[in-house]
Amino acid sequence: MKPTDIAHPDYFHKVVDCQWACPAHTPVPEYIRLISAGRYSDAYMVNWKSNVFPGILGRTCDRPCEPACRRGRVEEGNVEMRKPTSHEDGPKPEPVAICRLKRVAADNKDDVTARMPKAPKQKNGKRIACIGGGPSSLTVARDLAPLGYDITIYEADPKAGGFMRSQVPRFRLPESVIDEEVGYITGIGNITVKTGNRVDSLKKVLAEGYDAVFVGTGAPRGRDLDVPGRKEAANNVHIGIDWLASVSFGHIEKIGRKVIVLGGGNTAMDCCRSAKRLGGEDVKVIVRSGYEEMKASPWEKEDAIEEGIPILNFLVPKSCKVENGKLVGMSFEKVKAEYDAQGRRKLVPTGEPDQYFECDDVLVAIGQENAFPWIERDAGIEFDKWNMPVVDKLTFQSTNPKVFFGGDAAFGPKNIIWAVAHGHEAAVSIDKMFNGEDLKERPLPAVTVMSQKMGIHEWSYDNDISAALRHKVPWQDQKLTLKSIKVEVELGFDAKSGFAEAQRCLNCDVQTVFTPRLCIECDACVDICPMDCITFTENGEEAELRQRLTAPSLHPDQGLYVSETLRMTGRIMAKDEDVCLHCGLCAERCPTGAWDMQKYLIEMTHAGPGCRKPQRKAA
Amino acid sequence: MTYIAKPKLHHPSLAPNAAGYTRRDYEGKISTLCAGCGHDSISAAIIQSCWELDIQPHRVAKLSGIGCSSKTPDYFLGNSHGFNSVHGRMPSVLTGANLANRELLYLGVSGDGDSASIGLGQFAHCIRRGVNMVYIVENNGVYGLTKGQFSATATKGSKSKRGVLNPDEPVDLVGMALLLRATFVARAFSGDKKQLVPLIKAAIKHPGPSFIDVISPCVAFNNHEGSTKSYEYVRQHNAAVNRLDFIEGREEITADYEPGELVNITQHDGSILKLRKLAVDYDPTDRIKAMNYVQERAAAGEIVTGLLYLSPEAADLHQYINTVPTPLNQLGTRDLCPGSAALEKINAGLR
Repeated sequence: MKPTDIAHPDYFHKVVDCQWACPAHTPVPEYIRLISAGRYSDAYMVNWKSNVFPGILGRTCDRPCEPACRRGRVEEGNVEMRKPTSHEDGPKPEPVAICRLKRVAADNKDDVTARMPKAPKQKNGKRIACIGGGPSSLTVARDLAPLGYDITIYEADPKAGGFMRSQVPRFRLPESVIDEEVGYITGIGNITVKTGNRVDSLKKVLAEGYDAVFVGTGAPRGRDLDVPGRKEAANNVHIGIDWLASVSFGHIEKIGRKVIVLGGGNTAMDCCRSAKRLGGEDVKVIVRSGYEEMKASPWEKEDAIEEGIPILNFLVPKSCKVENGKLVGMSFEKVKAEYDAQGRRKLVPTGEPDQYFECDDVLVAIGQENAFPWIERDAGIEFDKWNMPVVDKLTFQSTNPKVFFGGDAAFGPKNIIWAVAHGHEAAVSIDKMFNGEDLKERPLPAVTVMSQKMGIHEWSYDNDISAALRHKVPWQDQKLTLKSIKVEVELGFDAKSGFAEAQRCLNCDVQTVFTPRLCIECDACVDICPMDCITFTENGEEAELRQRLTAPSLHPDQGLYVSETLRMTGRIMAKDEDVCLHCGLCAERCPTGAWDMQKYLIEMTHAGPGCRKPQRKAA
Repeated sequence: MTYIAKPKLHHPSLAPNAAGYTRRDYEGKISTLCAGCGHDSISAAIIQSCWELDIQPHRVAKLSGIGCSSKTPDYFLGNSHGFNSVHGRMPSVLTGANLANRELLYLGVSGDGDSASIGLGQFAHCIRRGVNMVYIVENNGVYGLTKGQFSATATKGSKSKRGVLNPDEPVDLVGMALLLRATFVARAFSGDKKQLVPLIKAAIKHPGPSFIDVISPCVAFNNHEGSTKSYEYVRQHNAAVNRLDFIEGREEITADYEPGELVNITQHDGSILKLRKLAVDYDPTDRIKAMNYVQERAAAGEIVTGLLYLSPEAADLHQYINTVPTPLNQLGTRDLCPGSAALEKINAGLR
């Protein structure tokens, strides 16, 4: 193998699994260390810079960081042997509760208003319209307003926030948190929010002379059910996302006693838990697929079950039964999953008799779609065969150079953190466009590298590895939460449990950096490494070299850090990054300083001078 | 040394051996030796060997004297019996313990000061008597704990860290062990575990006095230019006579080797040691030739390593003096006090 190019920002970025997996590339270990140090406001600001909505995301994020977290892999083969404690099935390997730690920062911070950017007095003369007041539009506004752009946000609902406000139920996300974080953005200045203002014509907006338009309208159309009896039962069959929005804005306060929720995604989970709080005594979720294949995040399924909501699988809706003009129940066909030679799943009837469930109301949460009836087909925007706008995956620009898309509106339904990531990128594109630059030239992230050595065996980070298992977020008493849709279920970690959970973080951004010319091949690092990550051996091709490591290479997608040839023996150093604890013992035991622990702080480039070509200043 | 204890977390694939222990279970406390000390590598090799041989930790006694090397038993086999003796007196204590209970595995760990200076007599007599043990000398040619004076094994003419040349002849522990008929004699280098681990395993399995001289660089005081025990010097002058590849039970297994490349030595318990020859015509069962070869190569400036001598007909002290096979602590009053009739008989025999 060729020596690893650690100068490329991506190599060590990939080692920070959580940050790499985060669409907005939030520097996770950095803010977790700040939480450990009790610097909640600083931790909040690190988050705010990357993901814009730390308090909201700390409650609702889809957390792609957590399945990626190294801690989950590190505990593999370690914790199963321990005696079961509070966990029913005994302890299992789990990632750091990254998402809920974000909330710890948000809950415990001081007033950060003064730390927020302010729009300059001198505007730069460019007017940008953001259509839709959801996370992607708000991100564009936040990134561009401090640069002097004049932003106008068009929001159909009475308040900005989009999906976060209309569809995430209040028992998961209190309104005050949304108001606060949307307020930080509108407080920047140069941002006008036109609420209650549904845009019905893109051409009309363009005609108002905006220099650029950002479309962040989400995926607003819930898929409907098409079964016999659906029309007759119309009064009691509701589209999930519309129903949730009506609940959020207080238009709906009650539901029937028996409720069926159709669908297996996160919206279905929000629907069933909301129904339970609005008078639904017998609420059940009915899903076509099996439990494991359901689209909902595992924790959202668990939370629903925790609240006493059964999830019935492998049942396909067949018909609605209506008596005297009122819905009384639904029939389902029992199916099973069969896989063809390509591994594609097919649901085939088992031949068992149909199952019938009584119900007063049905909530349909079987998917959502984009819909752009308000974009004229002659507005210069090309649409593809699925009737979706053609959007550049890198620049988020449509075929009309003035119009950009982001969030669910760009590539279909995803989640808040993806919308934020899109917003950042679209803002970079818009800023580059008005500075006359090529939008396709995307700047690399900024990287700062700093040795963490403070003494012979002292480091500026806490390298003692916590053996604790993942801490559970405490819940409010169910007697209270199931009574009102406005009582938040999760209480969040308190300072003490938040600290203990923060200590589980392995500081993966503090990298093991190897300097081959200093190495005397004494094996001290190999001997001390608790995870057997380090090997000194003859060089070879990667696949073959991975067979010869001190410990088996379990995840070939994880980096293999290979040094140049060593002076004394002609061997190389190969380090499997997979389960490294970043404990720094290799560096402590190294007599020559060939190993060092260096913090790689990787910050993504946002709109502003950093995203543009370096300008040569006059001497 | 380090401030933090080695984390208990281990690689997900770490497996227990037949005795039910993982390799990490054979570790001891975290080392307080200087970073990069060769001794730590030897500790790691001992841990690896004991794990691979499925040894029950509570059936091992590790004994040592005084010095950097003699501190190391604290850093491996944390669940075994241990004894830190007076400086240089480990061999006597080990001999006594072995006589009292032959069922334990005796691991004597010593250094060049402990065995070649203050304990030279103890070393010689322990080997001479044929105590069944694994005697490891962690040999760095320097007194590290007292800031780097030459030890008795330092090569004549080698340079100290302060630039002084050593005027004295070195004590050759391998030569002495061969002369005094240790039945297993090897030399190894701490920086080469592929060589060291099989040698320690073979020594543990060997039923007689086994001696391994492990050159173990002192990073703090003897790893400079002009030293003959530095990582660089040993790597450059290492002349391995063979590689011990594996030890097999009674059934012979044929591996892919060219004829003549392998030396098989069958020990009297039936186990076979397979040695891959590196020096042509080196016969590790010929003691006299071995002594000559090691001296000859030393004169040429080479450090001969590998399995240097192995007597297939190993025997030990217990056989020589015909002791009772049962450990003394398992003998009952009946055995120890056979009564006045037996005493009469003995007395009569002496009249």
